[in-house]
Amino acid sequence: MRAFDYVRAERIDDALTALAEGNTRCLAGGTNLLDLMKGDVEQPARLVDITHLPLAGIEPLPDGGLRIGALVPNSDLANDRRIRERYPLLAQALVSGASPQLRNMATVGGNLLQRTRCHYFVDVGFDACNKRKPGSGCTALEGPNRIHAILGASNRCIAVHPSDMCVALAALDAVVETQSRGGARRIAMHDFHRLPGTTPQRDTELRHDELVTAVTLPPSPFAEHSRYLKVRDRASYAFALVSVAAALDLDGDRVRDARIVLGGVAHKPWRARDAEHALVGHALDDATLSAAGAAATHGARPYHDNAFKVTLAQRAVVRAIREGART
Amino acid sequence: MTQTATSHVIGQPLDRTDGPLKTTGGARYAAEFRPAGLCHAVMVLSTIPAGRIVALDTAAPEASPGVLLVLSHRNAPSLPKHGDAAFDPPAGRVLSLLQDDDVHYNRQPIAVVVADSFEHAVAAAALVHAQYERASPALDFQRERAHAHTPKDVNHAPPDKRWGDVAAGERVAEVRVDAIYTTPMQTHNPLEPHATVADWQNGKLTVYDATQYVSGVRDALAKTLGMAADDVRVVSPFVGGGFGCKGSTWSHVVLAAMAARQVGRPVKLVVDRTQMFGPVGGRPHTRQRVALGARRDGTLTSIRHELVAQTSQIEDWTEPSAVVSRMMYACPNGATSHRLVKLNIGTPTFQRAPGEASGNFALEVAMDELAVSLHVDPVALRLRNYAEREPATGKSFSSKHLRECYAQAAERFGWSRRTGAPRSMRDGNTLVGYGMATASYPAHRMAASARAVLQPDGTFVVQSGSQDIGTGTYTVMTQVAAETLGVPPAHVHFELGDTRLPPAPVSGGSMSAASVGPAVQAACRQLRERLVSLAVADATSPVHGSPSSAVTIDDGWMIVRDNPSRRETLAAFAARHRQPLEASAEAKPGDAKERYALHSFGAVFAEVRVDPELGVIRVPRVVAAYDIGRPLNLKTARSQMQGGIVWGVGFALLEETLLELRSGRIANANLAEYHVPVNADIQSIDVLFVDHPDYAFNPLGIRGIGEIGITGVPAALANAIHHATGRRLRDLPITLDKLL
Repeated sequence: MRAFDYVRAERIDDALTALAEGNTRCLAGGTNLLDLMKGDVEQPARLVDITHLPLAGIEPLPDGGLRIGALVPNSDLANDRRIRERYPLLAQALVSGASPQLRNMATVGGNLLQRTRCHYFVDVGFDACNKRKPGSGCTALEGPNRIHAILGASNRCIAVHPSDMCVALAALDAVVETQSRGGARRIAMHDFHRLPGTTPQRDTELRHDELVTAVTLPPSPFAEHSRYLKVRDRASYAFALVSVAAALDLDGDRVRDARIVLGGVAHKPWRARDAEHALVGHALDDATLSAAGAAATHGARPYHDNAFKVTLAQRAVVRAIREGART
Repeated sequence: MTQTATSHVIGQPLDRTDGPLKTTGGARYAAEFRPAGLCHAVMVLSTIPAGRIVALDTAAPEASPGVLLVLSHRNAPSLPKHGDAAFDPPAGRVLSLLQDDDVHYNRQPIAVVVADSFEHAVAAAALVHAQYERASPALDFQRERAHAHTPKDVNHAPPDKRWGDVAAGERVAEVRVDAIYTTPMQTHNPLEPHATVADWQNGKLTVYDATQYVSGVRDALAKTLGMAADDVRVVSPFVGGGFGCKGSTWSHVVLAAMAARQVGRPVKLVVDRTQMFGPVGGRPHTRQRVALGARRDGTLTSIRHELVAQTSQIEDWTEPSAVVSRMMYACPNGATSHRLVKLNIGTPTFQRAPGEASGNFALEVAMDELAVSLHVDPVALRLRNYAEREPATGKSFSSKHLRECYAQAAERFGWSRRTGAPRSMRDGNTLVGYGMATASYPAHRMAASARAVLQPDGTFVVQSGSQDIGTGTYTVMTQVAAETLGVPPAHVHFELGDTRLPPAPVSGGSMSAASVGPAVQAACRQLRERLVSLAVADATSPVHGSPSSAVTIDDGWMIVRDNPSRRETLAAFAARHRQPLEASAEAKPGDAKERYALHSFGAVFAEVRVDPELGVIRVPRVVAAYDIGRPLNLKTARSQMQGGIVWGVGFALLEETLLELRSGRIANANLAEYHVPVNADIQSIDVLFVDHPDYAFNPLGIRGIGEIGITGVPAALANAIHHATGRRLRDLPITLDKLL
């Protein structure tokens, strides 16, 4: 790890001032950032320690939703009674991620800002990585790419977003709240993470001078029928090959509304709107399910080693909907 | 006389004697030694697979805070024979010691940065930039396979071996199986990575090293550096897992010593997790053809087992996968061969059950395929071809009770509930499969020596320059010593892991217990006889005047057998003998190897559950029975087997080192992407031992158990997956995508 300056923010303004000065990253749980600094992938000149800021609460909103502070640990969030009862999808996603030790350290804000999963991004010994060194190329296009994206990728980058929490948040229409010295912003979860396009070095819409302060959840019609299904190479402590957040609002066996969001297949939580369209207004019979599954991967473009993800995603969508409907 | 506590110490499930030290942090591992003035070294590794270093910018790292030295080919001392003076596996390998500007593999050491702190060394190492002239690398195994060559030998065995007339056997075969099986590159990841602390004092070198072979490291260092072996001491009291990767002296060990000499201070060099993937070996990719011929009744008429494996450009190291087919089944005609493909990769090495683990997978899946073709039970097919003698040599086995293993494990597993047809067992939508395989590993033994010393308080220090790589050497040798001496285990303090102790062989090839145990036994027996003869001659002893043969030592008492009231404690005896009493012994293998085929066996039964839509595989239970001679400690033995089975699950379902074919760089060089099983992957593991001491092999009746546990498991799982799904998967690991 290279030498860096460390400052501790006592107030939100301290953090915003530090961020505005540039080349500064926020340190919360450190579960992703410190690993990347040790690997020389991230080289911030300064870390601003935000762990003392008053952002660790979960509070009710007037509309019946919740505001989750950016510093709430993943484990606390997963175990919060309101989350478990009103947003069980989120609790399921959280506990399927990482390990208990990591969930104790990792925060909501940090989870949102996890860098993408890619062998070649995390190892500076690979020369070509457009995310690390814009213009250097993409090793993953030709190298082993079983874990890589099938949707929304570009010829500059096929890395995948690694979070489970974010997939559930996208299905729950969450909104990310940020602050900078220029003011506050509210960014819909679906717009928060970016597709790689020609600028894969940017994972999110967050500006360098902005601090994530909270995530808000609107009241959810999906609490009764939802399922986070994570398919991975081992039973625990592994990133998703494919994950599915299926959230259903059912009227009898008819689907009033639905969210289908995929993890592990794209540079961001992938909202499968075509799959949602195939569900809404229909009875949940086999035909609807298989139509939704097939629609979930519309536009998929697999690479050498990951064609299986198309089939797997389709089947996982069907499974998640089926199990979500039963709950 | 009745048997008391100390006459049956061997075999007891004694808790690990080093357990409290390990659980309280009191056990000092190599990287935890801190000689005064210790500084820190970090290796810089190449990022290309082949070529030359044409420029190395060391100005920036040299100017970096705290940096004491940047060692590279430009300033490294010239070593005897270009650094190759110690070549003699397992200890001595072809190393990368900064003797020239050549690059032969990605992640080859090209520089060492030494600084006053670890942080300074790491920061400076990131500033070392090499410019290369790239050469065209050989990386594609499939393409390079056309240029495969025959190695000189495979672990001292011939690369090719034929017996009978395999072509004739194939002609009379009524049923044939002929298929290609592959296993991927794998990389050891012991919890403790390699680590070396090198300390020079007055021209003599002391090295604290994470190693399976202290004397091997001493000899390799001495030869490589051009020193007398006596001037090198290697200390390794605790090792956090070896699995073969610490059986050799790799480049970092010598580099640490070179760097320490150069800076005139002790140097610590820890190989970080990412650096485990390249410069310190791993299991090579294997491609194996197994062709079986059999009569309709299942009798084998021919067996071919042909291996092609990777090696590096700088050294031939062969994964001896086909050797297992020379001994497993009673087949009169066989042909086995080994070929190597040279690639620009780090040299592969011993990884738990090298050859047996990978070769057993191919052979035992082929046997399952034959059973399916013949519509016979897989166990019955193996019994039909049960080898009473080693087929390739005709030798009888020293002690073989594999039939009992099949029977006991099958019974415990409930094999009789298996319905034969694939996809015939279900639990709801889940496909259920039962599979089995034979396990085996050869019994090795080498000369070893030990010393036993009576302490003034009546307890004993027993020593051997062996290693405890987490397997329980401290504990089982304490048991051997305690039972032989006739004292409680708490009265024995066992010491190992130091070249100042009586020499012992590498803790590899599952040979430590079988080699060191007899030496400990012999030394303790000599000391015990000496104590008794001194006591009977000692007028102040209660046993005085008895014939030596009438006196025994039991539970720490010296006792006249026929008159137990005449007795004294060893503490009382020792108090009268001011000068230390000790005995040393060397124990060498006799002619057992010439007379017998020496092998351990086992039978592994596994259940898998497969999600038919998502391909997810779970392993709810494994039951295995082993014929490993006499278990020295039922608890550590069980742990060994369970650990081996866990790794077998990883071998079958998870582990794969991914090589990026343009850079020759391993893509998943970290534990996030190199998957080993986690707790949630492992459910019930039931281990049985059929307890038949093998006294033809050694006087304790034991055979080594370090490696057999991993064998058989990959095939049992692959066979169970076939039974569950009807899919015959011959390429490991069997990840869920292969079942979609």
